Amino acid sequence: MELKIIEKRVKERQRELLEIKKFNDTEIQLINEELQKDYQKLIFFESRENDEAARLNIKDLRSKVIEQQDLVKKYLQIRYARLVNKSAPKIPVLKNALAAFFVGGTICVIGQIILNVIVINGVPNKEATTITLMVMVFISALLTGMGIYDEIGRFGGAGSIIPITGFANSIVSPALEYKREGYVYGVGAKVFTIAGPVLLYGSLMSVIIGLVFFIIK
Amino acid sequence: MQSKKIGKQTINYLHPVSIVSFASIVGPKEGQGPLGSSFDYILADNLDGEKSWEKTEQKMLEHSLALALAKKNYLPKDLDYFLAGDLLNQIVCSNFTARAIGIPFLGLYGACSTLVEGLVLGSILIDGGYGSRVGVASSSHHETAERQLRFPTELGVQRTMTAQWTVTGSGAYILEDSPNGADIVITQGIIGKVIDLGQANAMDMGAAMAPAAADTITQYFKDTGRNPEDFDLIITGDLGNIGRVLCQQLVLQSGYDISKKYSDCGVLIYDPAQDTHAGGSGCGCSASVLAGYLLPQIIEGKLRNLFLVGTGALLSPTSTQQGETIPCIAHGIVIQGNR
Repeated sequence: MELKIIEKRVKERQRELLEIKKFNDTEIQLINEELQKDYQKLIFFESRENDEAARLNIKDLRSKVIEQQDLVKKYLQIRYARLVNKSAPKIPVLKNALAAFFVGGTICVIGQIILNVIVINGVPNKEATTITLMVMVFISALLTGMGIYDEIGRFGGAGSIIPITGFANSIVSPALEYKREGYVYGVGAKVFTIAGPVLLYGSLMSVIIGLVFFIIK
Repeated sequence: MQSKKIGKQTINYLHPVSIVSFASIVGPKEGQGPLGSSFDYILADNLDGEKSWEKTEQKMLEHSLALALAKKNYLPKDLDYFLAGDLLNQIVCSNFTARAIGIPFLGLYGACSTLVEGLVLGSILIDGGYGSRVGVASSSHHETAERQLRFPTELGVQRTMTAQWTVTGSGAYILEDSPNGADIVITQGIIGKVIDLGQANAMDMGAAMAPAAADTITQYFKDTGRNPEDFDLIITGDLGNIGRVLCQQLVLQSGYDISKKYSDCGVLIYDPAQDTHAGGSGCGCSASVLAGYLLPQIIEGKLRNLFLVGTGALLSPTSTQQGETIPCIAHGIVIQGNR
């Protein structure tokens, strides 16, 4: 009997909710309380029902109540999100872009200088590139250890994350961080927490691309 | 007859509870901030001679309680209860402090609202006659919070403009049942509801917490029939610049204009030049600002009363990664001076 009443109420509410914008906060709160009450009753009936088919019916009705609850929730969320967006601080895009360009550019220039110096000293180009990468990774690791690289990152953003120095930073910083938890469960287990996704999907992509090349050839 | 509960949520302490002693400890960055000179103790650096940041935070919590006790020549054993909480997993700083002092202990977690939660509960214990002296403390530490909730501290990432800076700081308070002539009295409290308006950005906690703060503030005025004008100061715990504006707007929508009386601990603790973006956050934020900056003003008579609303974002890194939105809570406490 009570189940019928709830069913009717859910149907009526479905129509009401179409015009949710007309309700004020107190009315919305009342709707929410009514939904809570219906939900509670339904789960109670469901727990008492022995007949499988009837049970599924109640469950169906309960999922409708959940949908209605979500609808009210969504409405309130969107309304608040609008307010938040209005008061969101402006992101200094130009300043950030210039900083990234300057920092990223500087890192690349330093890399190029090192490469040129090595090549001038008679090392073949391919080996020279590898040595340059090693030097850059070393510099980045050293700066991370000295607590300087995170300051560069704060200023340079993507400019200091994208070059290989950023990758080195992402491995050295967790290594430093988790040293206190020991070398096995600390450093050993957590050293790739930031770089892990790059390593995994980087390797995966290289395998896929390798396969593609293999097939094309 | 006066009631111990007013309206829906407000608690009315019939035997006003006094804060007889309090102390604050902060890190170096907070020490360089605008309120720097008002704290009891400023750490030389964020590690302060310990082996790990967690240990530093725990020591800081323990020391702030020791300072608060020392000011009144009390010992830990003079306390009936100790109520504390922090941001670390399983609130270890508080548990370890309780281990060190050895008195009956209740560990609390209300994220950054923990201090106010402790003050509300401590006052309930005293007003109910279950004890006559209660210690309440909470702490947070920038590095321990960063590594637990965000990234390793040395990782070079750019913080968003909405991000807040976790305060390295702690505050401890001794509540006492003193019927006559206390300088600082807790007269009312309000326990908040968990509110979630769908904000999911862990880098913008102010916007997530503002609705909870606004709800508690509005509910308090509805329950008691008081007005923002009745207060010298209405101050939230750690909404920061963005949450502060949102909270003010939300409260205004409910018909109360708090703009003239309203401030936020997270806004006060840092200078904009300190590059903390949206301001301070963390349990230590309201804990240190209340002890270091606000209560002394009440003793001096510069403030007659204040309404402190501690705000907490009840999220975990796991819940954020699983795409959950951020549930938030805010508890409030009314503190009155005797002058």
